[in-house]
Amino acid sequence: MFEFCTDPSVLPTGQWFACYLTNGVHFLFYQSFLTVFLLLAITAPLALAMGFGAAAASRAEIAPIRWLGKGYTAMVRGVPDIVFFLFFVLVLDQGIEYIRHLIACPGWTDPIRQGANFIVCDAARTPQSSAPQWVHETYNFALAIFTYAIVFGAFCGNVLYGAMQAVPRAQLETAEAYGMARGQVFWRVLVPQMWIYALPGLSNIWMILIKATPLLFLLGIQDIVFWARELGGSRTSAYQYPHPDWRFWYFLGLLIFYLAFTRVSEIVLSRLTTRLSRGQATAGGEDLRRAEA
Amino acid sequence: MKKTLILTTALAMLAGTAFAQDVVRMGTEGAYPPYNFIGDDGEITGFERALGDELCARAELTCEWVLNDWDSIIPNLTSGNYDTIIAGMSITDERDEVIDFTQAYIPPASSLFMGMEDGIDLDGAVIAAQTNTIQAGYIAAETGATLLEFATPDETVAAVRNGEADAVFADGDFLIPIAAEDAMLDIILDPVQLGGGVGMGLREGDPLIAQFDAAITSMKEDGTLNALIVEWFGDEAQTW
Repeated sequence: MFEFCTDPSVLPTGQWFACYLTNGVHFLFYQSFLTVFLLLAITAPLALAMGFGAAAASRAEIAPIRWLGKGYTAMVRGVPDIVFFLFFVLVLDQGIEYIRHLIACPGWTDPIRQGANFIVCDAARTPQSSAPQWVHETYNFALAIFTYAIVFGAFCGNVLYGAMQAVPRAQLETAEAYGMARGQVFWRVLVPQMWIYALPGLSNIWMILIKATPLLFLLGIQDIVFWARELGGSRTSAYQYPHPDWRFWYFLGLLIFYLAFTRVSEIVLSRLTTRLSRGQATAGGEDLRRAEA
Repeated sequence: MKKTLILTTALAMLAGTAFAQDVVRMGTEGAYPPYNFIGDDGEITGFERALGDELCARAELTCEWVLNDWDSIIPNLTSGNYDTIIAGMSITDERDEVIDFTQAYIPPASSLFMGMEDGIDLDGAVIAAQTNTIQAGYIAAETGATLLEFATPDETVAAVRNGEADAVFADGDFLIPIAAEDAMLDIILDPVQLGGGVGMGLREGDPLIAQFDAAITSMKEDGTLNALIVEWFGDEAQTW
């Protein structure tokens, strides 16, 4: 990074750290923070959409759709996250390979399960072993995101279902009395008003989602926990920057990062609560009305 | 609906890459200096990186390096996530039942104990070793010591430093540089000969084995392998 970094062993402490903290591995460490943000940026809307679908399905008139929505939320909410993470990534991965195997290699006679191994024909390997490394990484990351979305979508579904039920019945009746169709009542009256009831629950889920991001490490993705452990471990002079065991400092850094991140989230969420309370027949909405009067 | 959409896009994306050039994926741990580790520039480096690149050049293969945790390194080979293991793995009969090995590229070497004080009695001592290594197997089966297993090599050494274990048992080539630089830690007890040398692991019956074997033989014959061993492990290392 800097010109004076050519021989770190002779540098004074300040410059040594300037070089150390800007070397190649540290940039990979900093990049892994972007991985975490990317995960959140994709997972949050996806989980919300799945939750919305589950909540809407849970209210459906048609029984099988209702069972689907309620079954999904009940099942995912009842299984420990970590079990679901390890299980579902495996199921998705093997499921995709199995389907492709059936399509690509119909003449295959060997058993697919051989002891602990899951062996499909080469054409069904996902991703292909000839694919570049970034495809493999993206694929694993996509599996992880999808799993996060399924797990957190179920929680969102339950919260949104409760929020939909909390919108005063009189509001919906009034809309019906004006001659609105079922869909119109749902989209124009129910959905805009339910967010204020959903927000406390959704903000909880957001916080839990932030704190669940280190689970990426378990899925073999090189996230901030992976790099903190890798960089914090003691290093001999086989490395350019030898140092003793610094895992304490690296994990302390992660702790501060998560605390700061959740604090910022809290501030944003409380502003959002104020915004959504406007004009609502809730205690929060009433406070706003009094303050303006 | 969303599910199928994502699935089909994923499949479409992957189908496009199906006919790309053949690449041999080299799986390594990246946490075992000087065998293989993540260098300061973020690239995988070490003896096995240099060796692997040279072998691939000689066998005229395009190789790509992949990191994988040690404890799942064999299952991920057999399930096809990568094509070779080149991670300081000793050739043993148990592993040979599941995967195939090339000929050894590092001669059988000594495993050593490293601890804070000499003269500990192995019976009843607490010994740290990495999970699924021949050293861990030896401590559990052949000695009266209590085995303390860790996922990474670095954690086994940390366990000795913080007093959790009396000694760490690992490949000498891994421990000697650490003992040399840490005044608190010394090589103790007697060396133990384990394993049949270090080789590359591949799936059973993989035709690549013959190609890598030929490349290793040619490096042994022209002396480049010995030079590489001395470069990374020092003058005292065993050569061919």
